[in-house]
Amino acid sequence: MVSLTPPRPAPPEKDKTFSLHSRAFRGMVYQLLAVMVVVLLVWLLVSNTLANMRLRGIQSGFDFLMQPAGFDIGESWLDYDGTSPYWKAFLVGLINSLRVAVIGCVLATVLGTLLGIGRFSRNALVRGICYGYVELFRNIPLLLQLLMWYLIFIEYLPLHNQALSIGKAIFLSKNGLAFPSFDWTQGQLQFPAPGDMQIEGGATLSPEFMAVLLGLVLYTAAFIAEVVRAGIASVPKGQHEAGTSIGLSRSKTMRLIVLPQALRLIVPPLTNQYLNLTKNSSLAVAVGYPELVSIANTSLNQSGRAVECIAIIMLVYLLLSLGTSLLMNWFNRRVAIKER
Amino acid sequence: MPNLIQKTSVVTASLLALAFTMASAPARAGKTLDAIKTRGQLVCGVSSGVAGFSQADSAGKWSGLDVDVCRAIAASVLGDANKVKYVPLVSQQRFAALQSGEVDILSRNTTWTLTRDASLGLAFTGIIYYDGQGFMVPAKSKVKSAKQLKNATVCVQSGTTTEKNLSEFSRANNLNIKPIVFEKYDAANAAYFSGRCQAYTTDASGLASVRNKEAKNPAEHVVLADLISKEPLGPAVRRGDDEFFAIAKWVVFGLIEAEELGVTQANVEAMQKDSKDPAIGRLLGSSEDTGKLLGLDKEWLAHAIKATGNYGEIFERNVGPKSPLALPRGSNKLWSQGGLMYAPPVR
Repeated sequence: MVSLTPPRPAPPEKDKTFSLHSRAFRGMVYQLLAVMVVVLLVWLLVSNTLANMRLRGIQSGFDFLMQPAGFDIGESWLDYDGTSPYWKAFLVGLINSLRVAVIGCVLATVLGTLLGIGRFSRNALVRGICYGYVELFRNIPLLLQLLMWYLIFIEYLPLHNQALSIGKAIFLSKNGLAFPSFDWTQGQLQFPAPGDMQIEGGATLSPEFMAVLLGLVLYTAAFIAEVVRAGIASVPKGQHEAGTSIGLSRSKTMRLIVLPQALRLIVPPLTNQYLNLTKNSSLAVAVGYPELVSIANTSLNQSGRAVECIAIIMLVYLLLSLGTSLLMNWFNRRVAIKER
Repeated sequence: MPNLIQKTSVVTASLLALAFTMASAPARAGKTLDAIKTRGQLVCGVSSGVAGFSQADSAGKWSGLDVDVCRAIAASVLGDANKVKYVPLVSQQRFAALQSGEVDILSRNTTWTLTRDASLGLAFTGIIYYDGQGFMVPAKSKVKSAKQLKNATVCVQSGTTTEKNLSEFSRANNLNIKPIVFEKYDAANAAYFSGRCQAYTTDASGLASVRNKEAKNPAEHVVLADLISKEPLGPAVRRGDDEFFAIAKWVVFGLIEAEELGVTQANVEAMQKDSKDPAIGRLLGSSEDTGKLLGLDKEWLAHAIKATGNYGEIFERNVGPKSPLALPRGSNKLWSQGGLMYAPPVR
């Protein structure tokens, strides 16, 4: 029989012996050159900047991190005051950023998933509300939303001496949400009570924190809802029908059959949303929440080390993002369908 | 030092710009005066809107104490007070903008401190306003003195020496003050006026500006008498250009000297022609040529005074008792009247 297509040439034999003329060698040379060019450019930029700063009498270096910061921070989980060094101020800022980011990611996932599933509801009202929510919240700039929540909190909440209270244990006022906390040193609950200037005792969530958290959660949830909707929509209709045919209810079909299959499509774009939320938390500086960027801004002004402070912010956000990525990639591999 | 609208993105962008300008062409020291003359324009870094110090009206015309310093220098150097390009800077940008040569002079209510003078590659040329950090509280508040702010929440704008002063005051008096730091002027004002903070702190001049310009009813707010810091505000130039440093310094001294000698915007031309006083002759260039020593023309100070008036007139027009800010002259009176304004002799 005569073949109509010419026989395909055999793939070239892998060159086992090393040769200066081989493609592999040339490839290596090009890559090496590319890396050298990048390294050279970075080195030029850094050394030139340093040389020019010296020339102009601008002091540089990271030694300032050991000096006392000199400023107070409104909310801190660490034992921090104005005499603490700069590095500790940065750490407080980082913890405040993480506090918003971690809680925000969890809440946004819960809300986003509910909204995403709601888009498939048989009830037209629920579908409509979920659709309206997504379009409303993802199309208004986040900064405006943060400012709006903050202004609502501080304008409409009562003053601390007229705080709304539930059973003298929980107080809501312009000072924030105060609630009883457990004092480990004394082994008893501490109840908040209105003081001269603010609600004293117990633990408090400041209006700044609540505004930032609410803004980030509502905004990111709109995007997560779309991610979840896309994931669910990608599961073939036959899977729904199969679930129904073995007698599962709609909610059980969703929970046991559809969602697990949707998850592997949801996880990678979900990672993006987590990264966005973490980076967006830097907008909190606009409403007075002392997160990393806010602290770095203050440090920059007190110490004058502009390049260093910006470098720290960039490095920290890079590490945070890479960390989130690693974690989510690990999770993604776990939920991926394993061929058996 | 009261600082206004600030944007991290702007800072980052300006820093990158700084890095690149540095990488390409470092400005040579000692050439600022030549650059200004060739360009035909003084580039002046100002704040983006502090009533009385530097603000632009709806037509884009700048006015204020800081602005008048630039106008006076432009008049001395170029003979025309209007040949100024104003570059509004947020407080995190300001030093980078001066260091990189983006502006010739920074006249942006900046507090003169050792750290800034010694480590940022710039040099302060003098003091044009003696300020101090104070507090504003609602008039109906029980707080009558700063020391009663125990456990209080205080609104602050970021990016200045204010936060550090507040922290030190709080620790020294064991007050446990909780600062809420805002990046934006508007957000800080909104938080204070809504009652989120029991007090607002910044320089006394800044407080007057917020009270008189931003409050719905200024009478509902009082500025406490206590000042917790020294905030000498003045212009700064790049370090290493002694020629221009001297010019910036002596224009301001000249304006103070003019007030001392009674030379005003209205009588400067008559004085130039008729005055027999040798000090006035030197000041206005009708006898000795002091301008030559600075690389300027003979009537350098006369140009400045014609454009802006003497220091006292600049003060009255922009921030004085009859201006909307209604600040008392206080420490900014001439030394001969019990204040701190003192200029070395122009001779």
